[in-house]
Amino acid sequence: MNILVVGLNHKTADVDVREKLAFNGQKLEEGLIRIKSISGIKEAVILSTCNRVEIYTVVNNSAAAHESIKNFISEFHGIDRSALETPLYAYEGINAVRHVFRVASSLDSMVVGEPQILGQIKDAFDFSLQKKTTGILLNKLMKKTISVAKRIRTETKIAENAVSISFAAVELAKKIFTDLSTKSFMLLGAGDMAELAARHLMSNGVKDVLVANRTYESGEKLAKEFNGRAVRFEDFMHEMVNTDIVICSTGASKYVLMKEQMQKVMKERRHKPVFIIDIAVPRNIDPEINNIDNVYLYDVDDLHGIVDTNRLERQKEAEKAEEIIAEEIETFQKWLSSLDSVPTIVALRDRADAIKKEEIEKLLNKLPALGEKERDAIECMASTIINKLTHPPTTALKEGPEDRDILIAAIRKLYGLDEKEG
Amino acid sequence: MTTLFFELALTFYFTATIISVVELFRSSKTTTKIMLLFVAAGFVLHTISIVLRYADAGRMPAVNPHEATSFFSWCTVLLFLILEFRYKIGLLGSFIMPLVFVLMLSSAMLPREIKPLSPELRSCWLSIHTILAFIGNAAFAMAAGIGIMYLIQERYVKSKHPSGLFQRLPSLQILDEINYRLITIGFPLLTLAIITGALWAQSAWGSYLRGDFRVVWAIVTWLTYAVVLHTRLLVGWRGKRAAMLSIIGFITILIAFFGIKLIGKGLHVFL
Repeated sequence: MNILVVGLNHKTADVDVREKLAFNGQKLEEGLIRIKSISGIKEAVILSTCNRVEIYTVVNNSAAAHESIKNFISEFHGIDRSALETPLYAYEGINAVRHVFRVASSLDSMVVGEPQILGQIKDAFDFSLQKKTTGILLNKLMKKTISVAKRIRTETKIAENAVSISFAAVELAKKIFTDLSTKSFMLLGAGDMAELAARHLMSNGVKDVLVANRTYESGEKLAKEFNGRAVRFEDFMHEMVNTDIVICSTGASKYVLMKEQMQKVMKERRHKPVFIIDIAVPRNIDPEINNIDNVYLYDVDDLHGIVDTNRLERQKEAEKAEEIIAEEIETFQKWLSSLDSVPTIVALRDRADAIKKEEIEKLLNKLPALGEKERDAIECMASTIINKLTHPPTTALKEGPEDRDILIAAIRKLYGLDEKEG
Repeated sequence: MTTLFFELALTFYFTATIISVVELFRSSKTTTKIMLLFVAAGFVLHTISIVLRYADAGRMPAVNPHEATSFFSWCTVLLFLILEFRYKIGLLGSFIMPLVFVLMLSSAMLPREIKPLSPELRSCWLSIHTILAFIGNAAFAMAAGIGIMYLIQERYVKSKHPSGLFQRLPSLQILDEINYRLITIGFPLLTLAIITGALWAQSAWGSYLRGDFRVVWAIVTWLTYAVVLHTRLLVGWRGKRAAMLSIIGFITILIAFFGIKLIGKGLHVFL
């Protein structure tokens, strides 16, 4: 019995390869059932996201199974077998366990600390559970994986601090204003990045949206999309008196807002704080504006700077996460080795012997008058009962490699062997 | 007995202060909870010590320097607990508890004997005047602490390198709002304290003002906070300037509180 992971991710394969190998929609169920039916493969889970395709299996013989999984992938997706050599990687045993832990905790993700992957793993696992393609090993592994990922999330700061520009902007906005839902927001000009930031702000509660665009019509269109209101570009300074957050990305080659103008605006808004994000390159807003009290101006480089520091921060936290994983692997390994038949047989025997000793002692204490002969007879009988009772499970454990792990788990549970070990 | 409870309160505040300072470097929900438990326990012990002292002296224990600083810190802790309960402001303790501890420590080092109060000063005005003055001062102390937090957070945002405490300090807006609210609480209390002080003087000596240094400083303080409120309401000075003014205001209070003893004696015997 061995855990085997075969797969590819954003590091080993480009998107055009990844999408060809993806198990989406109907393909997932079909693929899962076909993998499970390959001889030598006992359990299977398929994880298919836009950044990775991985097949988690429990197999009898790793080398053989590795080959047959590769063949299956090539056949299933209609891709030449030789084209799979470079993108596909494989891990077995404890390395496979480590890999799954790392994937779920987002250490293997494009953006370390991203939250989606754990949900995707959960879904993949639930689907396999539904289709009954998993058994004790993968069930245990998946449950453990989810708990490890959660532990890392709570014990490290791996998911803290924004690592994208638009999230960094939202995070800053939250440190300037308490409640974004009471704030108004103006989009000055339009552009992909500005729109993205606008969407993030809105999903964080900002409701009152204005769009000021050079061409009024396209501004109107955008405003409709945001459920906001379009204003004439010439009026934007006037509107700023009542706007708390401004995202600017016009194509202007000169500053559209100078310090003196902003000072006037601030006076009119009675110095209420305003957060201005200048996404445009070249910049649209006089950087001197940041020196006015209660005006907070960030340009693209400033935001990039924050994102870079946050990335480094996450990298540091990733090291802590690796330590947690090492720890968790140890406990998982203990559980794995407990599945081996020999320790289980020994544990079962020890348990039986302990019970025998205890009961004989009790009995002899109650009957102190017994002679040597009688004592021997009682002991002999107890041993015989125990031997006869433990013989069938012992031979079953020793014999069949088929379903041995199920038997082991069953015996450990039925006789409470794990509880005793603590 | 009074001493025992006072020393115990001091010990609890000391522990809370240590935890609150450590919190600047690493914190978790548990450390904050433990810190607050120590503050709350210290507060209960402190309250008992003040009540016992009231019984011993037969008057409001806010007359000599020991009592005054102790009562001042009691009011500050009271406000801190209320704010913490109401707003749960991250790291507030780290900025307030050191001040409380310094006040308590100076109180502990000052002579504690109870001297009889001259007969003309014995009146209910004593309690009213001192309670108003000290709760007002505590509000100003709190406003200054919040003001410092504001300036630090503002520095982070303006510098464009938000790091360190940035994540854990509250937003600028909430800091500014609480700062303002505290001053609107402190200012009327200070005003009433000055008025009751004058009435008290009138009933004791027949004149409203006996130009002692304390009275002059009280008016300076009052004017400072009047400026804080005036500029905010009329000119819209908020944020950084309001925070700085509230810190300056508190410095005038501290001068009034500790400085007077160095300069000369007045009616406020404790100062």
